[in-house]
Amino acid sequence: MSGYWAGILAILSINVIFAYSIYVTAAAGQLNLGGAGFQAIGAYGTAYATTTLGLPLWAGFAIAITLTAFVSFLIAFPVLRTRGVYMVLATYAFAQVVSGIALYTPALGGAMGKVVTEYVPVWPLIFSAIGVTFLVFYLMASRFGLAMRALHDDELVSTIMGVNARAVQVACFTIGGAIAGLSGALYAHHFAFVEAQYFSPLLSIFVLLFVLIGGTQTAWGPLIGSVFFTLVPEFLRLGGSSWRYVIFGAVIVAMMILRPEGIVTRTLVAKLSPSRWFAKKPVAQEASLER
Amino acid sequence: MTALVAALKPGARFAPLLWVIIALAIAAVAVAIGGRIIAQQIVSGLMLGGIYVAVAVAFTLTIGVLNFLNFTIPTLFMLTGMVAWGLTAFGLPFGLTGRWNWFPALVAGIAVTVLASLIVERFTFRYFKAKHGDATEHAIPLVSSIGFLLVFEHLVLIVLGSETQRFPTPLRADINIAGVVIAIPQLASLALSLGVVFLLSYILKTTKTGRALRAIAESPDTATILGVDVNRIVPIVFLLTGLLCGLAGALFAINYSDVNAFMGEHVGTKAIAAMVLGGLGSIWGAIAGGLIVGLTEVLAIHFFGGEAVQIVVWSLLLFVIILRPQGLFGASKIGKGKL
Repeated sequence: MSGYWAGILAILSINVIFAYSIYVTAAAGQLNLGGAGFQAIGAYGTAYATTTLGLPLWAGFAIAITLTAFVSFLIAFPVLRTRGVYMVLATYAFAQVVSGIALYTPALGGAMGKVVTEYVPVWPLIFSAIGVTFLVFYLMASRFGLAMRALHDDELVSTIMGVNARAVQVACFTIGGAIAGLSGALYAHHFAFVEAQYFSPLLSIFVLLFVLIGGTQTAWGPLIGSVFFTLVPEFLRLGGSSWRYVIFGAVIVAMMILRPEGIVTRTLVAKLSPSRWFAKKPVAQEASLER
Repeated sequence: MTALVAALKPGARFAPLLWVIIALAIAAVAVAIGGRIIAQQIVSGLMLGGIYVAVAVAFTLTIGVLNFLNFTIPTLFMLTGMVAWGLTAFGLPFGLTGRWNWFPALVAGIAVTVLASLIVERFTFRYFKAKHGDATEHAIPLVSSIGFLLVFEHLVLIVLGSETQRFPTPLRADINIAGVVIAIPQLASLALSLGVVFLLSYILKTTKTGRALRAIAESPDTATILGVDVNRIVPIVFLLTGLLCGLAGALFAINYSDVNAFMGEHVGTKAIAAMVLGGLGSIWGAIAGGLIVGLTEVLAIHFFGGEAVQIVVWSLLLFVIILRPQGLFGASKIGKGKL
């Protein structure tokens, strides 16, 4: 595998994991525009644990995931009091505070960034991405996933039907936080360097775009969305054009007009599902004859 | 949205006024303790705040009327400065010389910004009619506006480059009050910025178009039933957004003389902070919020250094959102129900 493709696969794997962390909350109807903040906690957590404290790699990952999940759990309670645009802004503000703290704390490298000594090659990244993908697919197929989808579609009705909205949303935030922490830790160890400027608002915006362009209805959405977002600019780069982000922006606008619910929707999955190929033909014709 | 209506009722103006008086009192105490240096910081904070006010009002108007967080606003702000610089660099002053030769370029810059804003309207609201009714529905125009952000920013990068450019404004004059230096252009822009916002709120309160805008803010469906032509009114929101951003960008270019392709990001995020602080959809809140954020930023730099600004401003904001989601001046309804 050439270095170029290894680099793209590494970024793609991190993006897929990161996108799933945001997807888990978005699937329950909560938009998180602070993804970069959660990823930064994971990245800085493992960077501090392994490089400064000298702990082994597995401990670094454990600390990154637990710490991010714990912070997400704590921040979930106040943040979930807000709705809609306010929720978007609250998570955005949270990410700004996190990157501000990283920039201001000398122990975390400040504006200079922090070098991470332990290196993780590209294969564990790919396997982690596959693992997280399966995990989220399993989650969405479970009873818990059903509750998430119900909350996404109508919070009031699902509460009436007995879904504990607050508990599900806090759980989603925590799970999302843990996955974001994993993506941050993988990022820190693969690129061996973390800096606060990387975890910018633009990163939060992009990861939310992965999810929204991919579609929040099914677990295929973030996978397709992050592949789309990682590979399309690369292919446009192959064209050697400085217009690639202009074209890319136009593609985003066009996507929202043509497929406002994202690339992958429930109906699309149903249409492409293999079980349909073997299913009997619908009985609609006979029904109409009877009438 | 209700906050917009509430803020425009007579009497509701009192609460923000109270805050302004409190802020002035705190400023007076700070000056009494800290002397000339603090006074100078407060003056520059208010001048910076004046720029934030115009951009924050643009944000708050779009959220109040259309429930739409318009991410193109920072780029629109940048567009004015960069287009104006590009035109002067390529010889637009039409042979004008002397003190006012930058003026036609700035007007042209504002015109381009308004045009760009109307293009955004076409592709976020005009052609987009579907109603979905799920929880992420309000994100659709938001995502489109991010697409436009990329398009505009990179078009500017391609055509005008990424270097910071000096905007040629020979207009420089200072007045000196008891050792505190106030730049006349800055003072004029604070006045102009506030003046435009006051004019806007007057328009919203008295004219037929203003009434239609407020009706859409309350309920687009009811407004349509009662005969408001939504397709005619929505572009007006974008027209006003373009004008406000254009004005702010032009004032920024005159006052700080530096323009680059990324200048909108800093001002845009601070304006979002200002809007949230004042309460979404409240024009008076945006004014107070803009001035407070400008002051906080300058004072935080003075006391804690440049890196601390982000933490101070955004922690303040996070607390406001969590403890008082409606902002300092917003109506309590907003932020609780489905927006």
